[in-house]
Amino acid sequence: MSNYITEFEFLFREVLENEDIVLANETTAIDIDEWDSINHIYLVVEIEKHFNIKFSSSEILQWQNVGEMIDSVKAKKES
Amino acid sequence: MNPIFSFRELQKKAKQTTGNTTEIKVAVLGNHTSNFFVKALENQLTVAGFKPSLFESDYDQIDITLIDQESDLYKFNPEIIIVFESVLKLKDKFYSIKDNESQSDFCKSQIDIVQNRVSNIRANGSNAKIVYFSYELLDDELYGNLFSKIPHSFYNNLWQLNNALIDYSSNEPDFYVFDINKYLKGIEEYRDFTALINSDLHYSIDTFAKLSFFLAQFLKAFKGHFKKCLILDLDNTTWGGIIGDDGIENIQVGSLGIGKAFTKLQKWAKLLKERGVILAICSKNTEEVAKEPFEKHNEMVLRLDDISIFVANWKNKADNIRYIQEVLNIGFDSMVFLDDNPAERDIVKQSLPAVTVPDLPKDPAYYVPHIESLNLFETVSYSDNDKDRTSQYQQEAKRKKLISSVTNMDDYLKSLEMKGNISHFNSDDIPRIAQLTQRSNQFNLRTQRYTEKDITEFLNSDNHLTYGIKLKDKFGDYGLISVIILEKNDNNSYFIDTWIMSCRVLKRDVENYVLNKIVNDVKNKEINIIKGEYLPTPKNKLVVDLLSNLTFDNDLEDNTYLLNLKNYKPLKNYIENE
Repeated sequence: MSNYITEFEFLFREVLENEDIVLANETTAIDIDEWDSINHIYLVVEIEKHFNIKFSSSEILQWQNVGEMIDSVKAKKES
Repeated sequence: MNPIFSFRELQKKAKQTTGNTTEIKVAVLGNHTSNFFVKALENQLTVAGFKPSLFESDYDQIDITLIDQESDLYKFNPEIIIVFESVLKLKDKFYSIKDNESQSDFCKSQIDIVQNRVSNIRANGSNAKIVYFSYELLDDELYGNLFSKIPHSFYNNLWQLNNALIDYSSNEPDFYVFDINKYLKGIEEYRDFTALINSDLHYSIDTFAKLSFFLAQFLKAFKGHFKKCLILDLDNTTWGGIIGDDGIENIQVGSLGIGKAFTKLQKWAKLLKERGVILAICSKNTEEVAKEPFEKHNEMVLRLDDISIFVANWKNKADNIRYIQEVLNIGFDSMVFLDDNPAERDIVKQSLPAVTVPDLPKDPAYYVPHIESLNLFETVSYSDNDKDRTSQYQQEAKRKKLISSVTNMDDYLKSLEMKGNISHFNSDDIPRIAQLTQRSNQFNLRTQRYTEKDITEFLNSDNHLTYGIKLKDKFGDYGLISVIILEKNDNNSYFIDTWIMSCRVLKRDVENYVLNKIVNDVKNKEINIIKGEYLPTPKNKLVVDLLSNLTFDNDLEDNTYLLNLKNYKPLKNYIENE
């Protein structure tokens, strides 16, 4: 789990162009200024590219926090 | 520099690019989520060396933005307006029409909308160049391959609509069609259907990065940055094999071996030459040996008279390209160098970073497809005059030889037997005049870029004095080589809005010849002051002293000048009126 969160942190920092971002499972868009609806699209695309996976439309809508995003990736990578 | 097609890479690269000074103002109007496209275009323009400012219309508000004279678009005052409509939105609109007859007329009503948009832009006082995206040819397969027979098929309508855009563009000045289809072709998943459903993102963000790369190339050409010269290596680039070792009968071109691949490259180069791109040869060879195939091989497409400058020797290629640049008098950034040898490419890349040096694939079969895919030779103007460029540069090479045999510059100029022709703009010359204002970077006092439409307005204006200057000498005809536009400031002075000259006629005292004529004309209008201004750019240092050399006084401000005609003494030159 910790590996995923490190990789997520790297992606978030680069995509949102903020080196100070620190992620926890509970982190939501409210906690990060740059994480708006447009950047969310960008983040999802870059996460998909990075892990070489594809999320389904409904999955994307269901996430409540970073932890749930990581769960989605994990389920695809480790199944 | 390799093109960047990844949105994230592009974002990083643009962040690292600083210090650009050339501004470019672009507005983007779309009917879909265009944030990423606008950001990507801004980044591509930054990476291409510009300092861009972009305007993005509100989501799906194209018509309101264009109709409203008070809209932020017109306050922004863009040089270029991009209209990028997604075909998916168009499809919804199409199927909201219920009867087949109206569906058959869809393409007509849609092209009417396009024309209305252009009319609105012009009526609201914008002279921006309009770049209109063609419509993605998306078949919904409702009629399959019967589409061509079904006038109310959506796919049928899209084809007709794109054709109508082209027809319209051919007669509408400053309206250009940017074809999206050819760029989508190479992208595996150009649409991200998940993002489409969730975020109305009609193309994937990397697709936007790619589209904006090619669009930026086109916009660069508008700003006068385009390729003017193609430099070719010979062995294993222009033909297969090594002429010095294999001999003329064994080099591969035409039917021999993989000669067809090289023939294709030569044909491509020849077409570019006919479009006005200058061809030069830069090869490590003995000159006579290197020239032999051009003279004697009957399957060579390129002949000596296609080549403006032929450099074959054993010197360093970077030095040889410097020499070619000197003779042609064009910027390094307008040159492309093709060489199969990575080491030679590297020397040139390192010593002359402004020259474009594409990597060539190992297999010559891929030479042309690869180079074509780079879209290196964007242009925004074409005139018949372009075809003659090669012979003009060949004449220049002869003149250079004459210079070395004459010691005194006055004698040299006399020996050229120059004949000039100065006239006000006339309608036949409009394309060439507009083109000179677009292309000239060096001998260009204020670098004002004008379209054919602008030139027509100057021609008809009572407030302007316009001059087109043609020159001949004993070696040949240069055609129209200089353009000057004077604007009447007030009742006692004229201002030099534009003074451009082709660098092919530098140091001929053409400027003296012209100014004598202008002074005469202005005096006849009982005006005694001509004002001038030098607007510096990275490329026009050549004319920093033009006005002082022409006896203007520079005691006003830094870059402004004044000529009092009462004290004017005609300037020396050896050009006779034709």
